[in-house]
Amino acid sequence: MIDVAVVSFTQRQQASIPAESEVEFMVPLMQQAKESVGLTQRDIGFTCSGSSDFLAGQAFSFVMTIDGTGPVPPISESHVEQDGAWALYEAWVKLQCGGIDTAFVYSYGKSSPGSIRDVLATQMDPYYVCPLWPDTYAVEALAARLMLENGDVSERRLAEIACRSRANAASNPHAVRAEAKSVSDILAEDYAVDPLRPSDLPAEADGGCAVVLAAGERARELCERPAWIRGIDHRSDAHTLGVRDLTSSMSARLAAQHAGTAHDKVDLAELHAPFTTSEHLLIDALGIDEDATAVNPSGGALAAHTMMASGLIRIGEAAARIWSGEGDRALAHATSGPCLQQNLVCVLEGD
Amino acid sequence: MPSKVLQAPLVLEYPFTRSCGPVIGAFLGGLRERVIYGIRRADGTVLCPPLEYDPLTAEPLSEMVEVGQQGEVLTWSWNGQPRPQQPFERPFAWALIRLDGADTPMLHAVAVESADEMSTAMRVQAVWRDERVGAISDIAGFEPVSSSPPETLAALADVEAVQSVVTPVRLEYTYTPGRALSQYLTAMADKRIIGERCPQTGQVFVPPRGVSPLAGAATSETVELPDTGYVESFNITRVPIERRPDLKPPYCSAWIVLDGASVGFLGLVIHIAPEDVRIGMRVRAVWKPDEELETSASNILGWAPTGEPDEKIDDYALIGRAEESQP
Repeated sequence: MIDVAVVSFTQRQQASIPAESEVEFMVPLMQQAKESVGLTQRDIGFTCSGSSDFLAGQAFSFVMTIDGTGPVPPISESHVEQDGAWALYEAWVKLQCGGIDTAFVYSYGKSSPGSIRDVLATQMDPYYVCPLWPDTYAVEALAARLMLENGDVSERRLAEIACRSRANAASNPHAVRAEAKSVSDILAEDYAVDPLRPSDLPAEADGGCAVVLAAGERARELCERPAWIRGIDHRSDAHTLGVRDLTSSMSARLAAQHAGTAHDKVDLAELHAPFTTSEHLLIDALGIDEDATAVNPSGGALAAHTMMASGLIRIGEAAARIWSGEGDRALAHATSGPCLQQNLVCVLEGD
Repeated sequence: MPSKVLQAPLVLEYPFTRSCGPVIGAFLGGLRERVIYGIRRADGTVLCPPLEYDPLTAEPLSEMVEVGQQGEVLTWSWNGQPRPQQPFERPFAWALIRLDGADTPMLHAVAVESADEMSTAMRVQAVWRDERVGAISDIAGFEPVSSSPPETLAALADVEAVQSVVTPVRLEYTYTPGRALSQYLTAMADKRIIGERCPQTGQVFVPPRGVSPLAGAATSETVELPDTGYVESFNITRVPIERRPDLKPPYCSAWIVLDGASVGFLGLVIHIAPEDVRIGMRVRAVWKPDEELETSASNILGWAPTGEPDEKIDDYALIGRAEESQP
């Protein structure tokens, strides 16, 4: 295995970014990510991005954003219609193939121009489910009720997760939902999608992020304390909702096993949990001990959820805490699809 | 100088026609006849709605079996604000419903007056649409059980499988073109054309996108361009385009390079027979009448010959390519 580290990370998240196009708000982030480690696009061995045409309402929307890399002369490039964490995975695999020692990964999404709930209905089975137009909130609420009525989780526990996210988000300048709220105030909220309350739902945001990966010695040159990717894996559960257990996540559990999360203590975990229920479920599936591990020190996706970027932002947030010495070993997680259908787990370590 | 950011409604609509195959086709054909089928797995359990392959073993499945039209709610959520394409116009519940005789649940809607009437393990029955087309929405939804289960109405042999199903998608957006394009479109309303200069190479891009693709750098310097230029390349279209009755073949689309611009952009060449258009021909914008101008690129109806001598194009290899930015 070739040692690969996250050496640079930039992000921007806001409730909405109406005045700038995707490429306009991404260019400064993309430039800053490279410049902060002294690189230009010409130094980059491979570039991979993640975004969604359904959010943009436009086919091949990502090609506009490639202009932001300055692809002249032509660059080695790829794109995934997935959260940027999967673009990072592709870049990591590319680095494992050798021949290059840097990679650039970015992803972005603007959900404010459309109805995110309608847009996300289109990811469902096109014969049996999408024609009814259920959204991910409603579907997550189905899983939530199963968990609540099974006794897997209590409404109080969900409120505590929401409360913790808000408290952690207070120190995150990119959070869009950071105002403190007590557990009892959260429990007093009316249901948004019964049995989920507004504080149980993701704080939808527009934005994006950019990450630089480097291999071996190059990583040490570029970064004082690289955040080494010691394990990374992604797994997918069945697409059909009725054939999988919505109260657990086999794919998250397997990804964590293969990424080697249990090999040592985990100082902090950045979980791409759009809902309080997903955070509760992931803590169990990933084997996180909340007494020993800081969960979502950034506030997580409950504090700012930028479709297509939220997972990659988790990796960036975790890496930044390795660089700063806040932790020595971190778990970053990304998800995609309804009810945690696909899960990616990445273990980051400092030297 | 920042101008107001524009916005406009954008609707993305596509009536996608999907092939069904034998399993989904039989299920949807059954719905048309008011019969619900599942499919039996090797272990004897029944999947409903049916899948072509066992989700655990990947074994192909083929034994369709009829399941009940009544079943049990395994879990539900409340949809307080229905959206236009959903099953009911008034608030309703989503539920995972395990039909009698099936072992897995299907997602559908349950019509009740309020969330108070919903509970897990409640019994519900299918409500059929009068007009059925062979689609999941032939089941209008479910309602609390009020009658005994209906008798089987059609034998599987009588059910004609649905070959394909049209799944219309409609998504509505409020499109905002961003800073640079807003400025460009706003200037269009005054019959002005605005480009942007690359901060590193000095090249001028039109329409502006807020970024120089050569440098990968944000642009900020705007450049006012004249509405004159030349044809860098062109084609002649002789077939009509559906939904564009305004484009009458034959017509000439051209890559127009404005005077002072580093790249071309697309336009129609008008007021000349398409056969007479040539590379290098000088053209000028033909604008809509002043009273019809809006913040839109459609303000330029096309490009008409100026009658000036043709532009000399020495190196055809450079056509369509901005100059190399680096030494």
